[in-house]
Amino acid sequence: MDVMDTIKDQIESNGILLYMKGTPQAPQCGFSGKTVQSLMACGERFAFVNILENPEVREKLKEYSNWPTFPQLYVKGELVGGCDIVLEMYESGELKTLVQDAAKSSAES
Amino acid sequence: MQVQKLIEETLSSSFTIMYLDVANESHMHSVPANSETHFKVVLASPDFNGVRKVARHQQVYKVLDEAFQKGVHALALHIYTEDEWREQGGDSPSSPNCMGGSKGDSQ
Repeated sequence: MDVMDTIKDQIESNGILLYMKGTPQAPQCGFSGKTVQSLMACGERFAFVNILENPEVREKLKEYSNWPTFPQLYVKGELVGGCDIVLEMYESGELKTLVQDAAKSSAES
Repeated sequence: MQVQKLIEETLSSSFTIMYLDVANESHMHSVPANSETHFKVVLASPDFNGVRKVARHQQVYKVLDEAFQKGVHALALHIYTEDEWREQGGDSPSSPNCMGGSKGDSQ
């Protein structure tokens, strides 16, 4: 499969998906670490891709999203943002509502 | 041109600036001294009225393409409208410290 198709497939088939450096248990970057912490605090299951182990995805995703840095959070197929946006949304309570809603709709489908 | 200056000038010429601060935070990361790789931008502009957060960031990334070509690796962005900037009293969140993941990138 073409890398672009792989990315589309990942984003479409995972209601909550985080592209990050490292893993949720061992993040390799402060920005990824803070983002994954906020996401975990929302209490829903999510998928992740460690872009340090997927260099092709890492390069192509930047083009796909017009977003040159990581992490990148996708919910229901849409880019929510990187560390700064996710943290702001976590603090305002918006993130929890968004991911709970996404978890609910993927459980129904 | 210095990357920091490039970022400042590009943003100033691309947006109506109410407040702009570009900080080089490379020293917080595992890169050589005097690097220009990690930056934090605080920007308040009426241009972002009614623009979603994700689209604001994309607009900034788009104009800063040259800076990324010149080796910018991380860009913390705090982008506000005039009203949001006033509401939150001119303060922005601090960036996280490094956890080592960019070591491999600078080699």
